[in-house]
Amino acid sequence: MEYIFKAENITKNYTGHKALDNVSISVPKQSVYGLLGPNGAGKTTLIRIINQIIGPDEGKLFFDGEKLKPEHVHFIGYLPEERGLYKKMKIGEQALYLAQLKNVNKHDAKKKLKVWFEKFDLLPWWDKKVEELSKGMAQKMQFIITILHQPKLLIFDEPFSGFDPINVNLLKEEILNLRNNGATIIFSTHNMSSVEEICDDITLINKSRIILEGNVKEIRKSHSLGIYCVELEDVKKPLESMLGSQYNVSLEGKSENLYKYRIRKPDGDPSNNLLKSIMEAGRVISFQEVLPSMNDIFIKNVTGKYPDEVNNKNNYQNNQI
Amino acid sequence: MNKIAIIIKREYLTRVRKRSFVIMTILGPLLMAALMIGPVFIAKMSDSVYQVGVVDDSDFFFERLKNTNNVEFSQLNLDIEAAIELHKKGNYDAILHIPKFAFEAPSGLRMFSEKSVNLNAKLNIENQLKLDFESLKLAKEGIDEDVLQKIKTSINIMTVRLTKDGLEKTDYPELRMVLGIFSGILIYFFIFLFGSQVMRGVMEEKTNRIVEVIISSVKPFQLMMGKIIGVALVGLTQFLIWIFLTLIIVTAVQTAFPEQFKYTPVEQVYISADDAYNPEVLKERTEIVMQYNSPAGQIMDALSSINLPVMIGSFIFFFLAGYLLYASLFAAIGAAVDNEADTQQFMLPITVPLIFAIVMAQMVANNPSGPVAVWLSMIPFTSPIIMMLRIPFGVPMAQVYLSMALLVLGFVGTTWLASKIYRTGILMYGKKVSYKEIWKWIKFKG
Repeated sequence: MEYIFKAENITKNYTGHKALDNVSISVPKQSVYGLLGPNGAGKTTLIRIINQIIGPDEGKLFFDGEKLKPEHVHFIGYLPEERGLYKKMKIGEQALYLAQLKNVNKHDAKKKLKVWFEKFDLLPWWDKKVEELSKGMAQKMQFIITILHQPKLLIFDEPFSGFDPINVNLLKEEILNLRNNGATIIFSTHNMSSVEEICDDITLINKSRIILEGNVKEIRKSHSLGIYCVELEDVKKPLESMLGSQYNVSLEGKSENLYKYRIRKPDGDPSNNLLKSIMEAGRVISFQEVLPSMNDIFIKNVTGKYPDEVNNKNNYQNNQI
Repeated sequence: MNKIAIIIKREYLTRVRKRSFVIMTILGPLLMAALMIGPVFIAKMSDSVYQVGVVDDSDFFFERLKNTNNVEFSQLNLDIEAAIELHKKGNYDAILHIPKFAFEAPSGLRMFSEKSVNLNAKLNIENQLKLDFESLKLAKEGIDEDVLQKIKTSINIMTVRLTKDGLEKTDYPELRMVLGIFSGILIYFFIFLFGSQVMRGVMEEKTNRIVEVIISSVKPFQLMMGKIIGVALVGLTQFLIWIFLTLIIVTAVQTAFPEQFKYTPVEQVYISADDAYNPEVLKERTEIVMQYNSPAGQIMDALSSINLPVMIGSFIFFFLAGYLLYASLFAAIGAAVDNEADTQQFMLPITVPLIFAIVMAQMVANNPSGPVAVWLSMIPFTSPIIMMLRIPFGVPMAQVYLSMALLVLGFVGTTWLASKIYRTGILMYGKKVSYKEIWKWIKFKG
């Protein structure tokens, strides 16, 4: 696999504490790479190192197969979590200025900006000062500035905070578009539902170390708890009494003729055995494994145990924000 | 385009387009011109003549009272009560009564007025009468008035400065001092004004949180230098416009009111060096000079006796280099703190040398070639102000060059130090910074 960015054994010390301890990541080309971790884990430090805002104490960095060097900043776009603009400066002028700092010449920058401003409904505001903009508009403008120079690698730190749901969707679409057009995205967030939605791979950092990494689907699979959701019609025998001795069964809901069960099987028992038993109980409408959400996996890996509701409640796919 | 150039352009344009810049730039030279021209006109305007009615019972003093520009005397052949009545009707500004016995007891003189008496007029009269009484007494003692006239001496030393090409020029040490102190204070003012603009600019970027976006494109050092140089160009622009406008205004006023600026240079009045040592010729020439030259004209001549291109050139150098030395420190402070209130504790070490230089200004002006002056004009932190103060008096070129070289070294040093504080500081939020903390940042490698 080709990697757009690689960090090998990065260590970074601040006076008094270690921000990163022997961290290595490899970001595959044309993917969305999630950088996860609780507050203060060292994500921002890693992002700043990738952006060459600060240098690591130890370790090697590679961009697109080359050793990372200052010129590479032109191929990277960065949207920091705490982001701002010059309040008194007109937005068109300001966008041009920031684009020029990324080595886009003024003429090209203007042309591209007009297109993007049009797309995000900002064009009428070109000559307005930033202080006259709503927060959402300012954020859209920052997004445009980040991607304008068509970077190979984009780094978004909490890009959705402060956006309304409509704009969140607009942004998600654009991020996936960018990936499909060849860009790679490093995506740092606490919003786990969006991680499931758009990330291909993730790295979870806690207390300056990597504690979990890999493909999102594989990670979820490997965290399987053996929980299945079953829908049955024409139930002859209640599943609770039939399977109760072997499995952990609970009735989740019932409407008309349709019964919904949540069943947890013991480790090592093949799921086909369970399905066989269920088939005897009635007509199977659906039989599906319920994998833990990224949210639960995050909490499990950071704190050492799943949140209580995972074992008691049914609502696994709760896409809480 | 080079990134520093892009940053400089932004910093420059956003400041120059501000309304406050335009106002300051236009108002500055108007104020300066008013300062230069104002006094001449004020002097002209305030010379309404003070009318004094004199009741001279001695029949001796009135004819000796001479009218001046400000005071006019008229004899009243009335008794004092009638004269006072006349004054009450508004005929004279004051009534002076010289009693008969004034010869013996000069303390019997009185001045009556409904309003408080004009102090200048009173002093004028006192001086005139004092001389009259003195000559009267001298005559009584048998000293002839002619002898008295011969004894009277007037001394007026004309300072002549020998220039390298052997020309003699009238020198104006007072003006050199005024000019030196003025430029010193101007540099002090400029360093503070534009230095704090840099500081506020850095703080704006930090508190706005735009800085992280920018330093993902450029190096913190580039951003800092871009800002410092951009603001320096703003200062330079303002200064040059000021000089240009001041010259235009002064020239305009000179053409509009040529009488006020009439001046015959002394060199043209003197015919030869020999004549200059002939007392008769000297007296004659001096009178011509006095007669032809207005005070404003003399100031203009004095200014022309100073090498203005050198003054302006060295002013620009010491302003820029002095500003650069301090601006990077101002930038470091802006980066270290989160809000304006926290800047106070770090401002102190910057302000102390500047204020010290201003405090020493008078002493240096009194002895511009003394050891204190020389040393202070070498130390980079005080040299911009002190050297500028000394330059109108003439400084050996070797000293000027050494001072310039040291200042550039100092500027490189402070910039190096400040950039270390700056690049750590701009990413530090929510932390109360101490000197100890800053020291750690400076020592921090990489």
